[in-house]
Amino acid sequence: MSPILEIQGLFKNYGATEILKDINVSINKGEFLVLVGPSGCGKSTLLNCIAGLEPISGGSIRIGGQDMTEVSPKDRNIAMVFQSYALYPTMSVARNITFGMQVRGVDKATQAAKLAEVARQLQIQPLLNRRPGQLSGGQRQRVAMGRALVRDPALFLFDEPLSNLDAKLRVEMRTEIKRLHQDLGASMVYVTHDQIEAMTLATKIVVMKGGVIQQIGTPHEIYTRPANTFVADFMGSPAMNLIPARAVPAQEGSMIEIGCESGESIRLHDPRVTGLSGDILLGLRPEDIVEAGQRHGPLVQNGSVMIEVVEPAGADTFVVARLGGKEVTSRLSADTRAMPGKTLDVGFDLSRASYFSPHDGARMG
Amino acid sequence: MTDVSYRPPSRSRGARIALRWGLYLMLGVFAFWYLLPLFVMLTTSLKNLEEIRSGSLLALPREITLEPWKTAWSGACTGIRCDGLQPFFWNSVMLAVPAVAISTLIGAMNGYVIAQWRFRGANLIFSLMLFGCFIPFQVVLLPMARTLGIIGIAGTIPGLIFVHVIYGIGFTTLFFRNYYVTIPAELTKAAKIDGAGFFRIFWSVFLPLSLPIIVVTVIWQFTQIWNDFLFGVSFSQAGTQPVTVALNNIVNSTTGVKEYNVDMAAAIIAALPTLLVYVVAGKYFIRGLTAGSVKG
Repeated sequence: MSPILEIQGLFKNYGATEILKDINVSINKGEFLVLVGPSGCGKSTLLNCIAGLEPISGGSIRIGGQDMTEVSPKDRNIAMVFQSYALYPTMSVARNITFGMQVRGVDKATQAAKLAEVARQLQIQPLLNRRPGQLSGGQRQRVAMGRALVRDPALFLFDEPLSNLDAKLRVEMRTEIKRLHQDLGASMVYVTHDQIEAMTLATKIVVMKGGVIQQIGTPHEIYTRPANTFVADFMGSPAMNLIPARAVPAQEGSMIEIGCESGESIRLHDPRVTGLSGDILLGLRPEDIVEAGQRHGPLVQNGSVMIEVVEPAGADTFVVARLGGKEVTSRLSADTRAMPGKTLDVGFDLSRASYFSPHDGARMG
Repeated sequence: MTDVSYRPPSRSRGARIALRWGLYLMLGVFAFWYLLPLFVMLTTSLKNLEEIRSGSLLALPREITLEPWKTAWSGACTGIRCDGLQPFFWNSVMLAVPAVAISTLIGAMNGYVIAQWRFRGANLIFSLMLFGCFIPFQVVLLPMARTLGIIGIAGTIPGLIFVHVIYGIGFTTLFFRNYYVTIPAELTKAAKIDGAGFFRIFWSVFLPLSLPIIVVTVIWQFTQIWNDFLFGVSFSQAGTQPVTVALNNIVNSTTGVKEYNVDMAAAIIAALPTLLVYVVAGKYFIRGLTAGSVKG
């Protein structure tokens, strides 16, 4: 089966400025692709290129197996939900949803049937005669989704649809979008700058920076095996610890030595990775630095650290120490006995460690 | 320690009342100052000539006569013709209505293109149009006269409509562009994805949004075109003159006695339509001028 969306060698320039560089992505039917990155990374531009709202400077876009590079937005068999919802202010909710069908000349009876179905699906029947101005943010969001759903397209595009909502509603709508995706089995491309949204929604994540794709993978891959320090730092909250260290080849695998200002340095042994030597960055998620004895395994190795700050956060307590000259955060259980100014024995779970080059940030193992 | 119980010194009751009355007195004086000429026009137009000659300028009419109004409307002489303002009034209507409608529509279309369909040089074109707003009309009289002659509509009402449309577009474009620029570009994108084209988006999405700015533009254009004298006197000939030119001619053609009452009535008649437009649509005028972005 051919992919539902296939982007090959896409470039986008504004004058002399390259906005997107050599983008290659494809998704299969039913996949939920999330484009994530800091603002200005080109993710929204890429979405607009997919929609046909922005011409591209090179490469090709195929949707549903057909070349759509030069096709106008209305003929790409897509639907799009915008950040500002972009509802037509002077039309009723019902007309907002049926406007597209009206333009395409769909007959009245079909329009009414589709409208009823979508209204039921999104539970917006009581709103159909209202104007967008009379709706709350969440309701507008629903109507905007209704306008997309009624099209029954090959591909749904979402441009930061939740960023105008308050925190509570955002979580609710996130769940709703996920449910919708599961129920419809639809293919979706979703742009966000919120890495939690990306992790929860996606079946596939594209992390972008400066118009270049940094990594493509499942949320699990992105989280556990980031391709470089940018991805490691961007995805996850709090971010992955990147601890400056020195590696020495050992008989089996490598020895890793982390300098400590107070007391002796910590020496760890990772038998899995070979060929590391010299300065490296040891990447460990906060949850992979545990209190000594909490986690077991041949790769959980202990060391003692000086605690600087303790931040209780309800379910977890974040503990900040200084290792290799950098702040290192670990996520401990709420009943930890860690005290600022005291040392604590912690276990480093090297089975989940990543190693990066300190020079270009690329993954080494 | 800061004293949290500090309160600004409150004025005594008497002082406040005095201040209030002082304010009203000031407002009253200014209102009187502005309304006095209108009062004089109105009362003078209702007096007969005898009373005007003998009485005070500010006095109320002793006996009210509508005769000067009748004369001004249908009997006063402009040069050798003595049909009153009536034919010229209709000239102005036939001139102003199409000129306002056409210039408003073109302005809306221009504003829509400049604000929502950004193209190369859009800013330059907009700047040039803006510049056009500030060209003194005297400068263009001769070239425009030549142009009208070449096209063959010199001295006709369509010719005057043409002139007013051209010189109105700068302002109407400015109004609509500034209004449409506050509308999020995503609205156009959404409509494009819904399959609507350039004109469909304009008619179905943008024009329905535009009532406040249409009202502003119509009031502005109507006032400009109705009150225009320079173009009217330059580009018309006997029979196609607008009401402002006719008013001037009535006041200036005297046969012996100066009929102040007729002049005043004629002036009020000539000013009435713009007043009416403002009264009918005035509340939209303020609203449109201050209209912010339209939130979807």
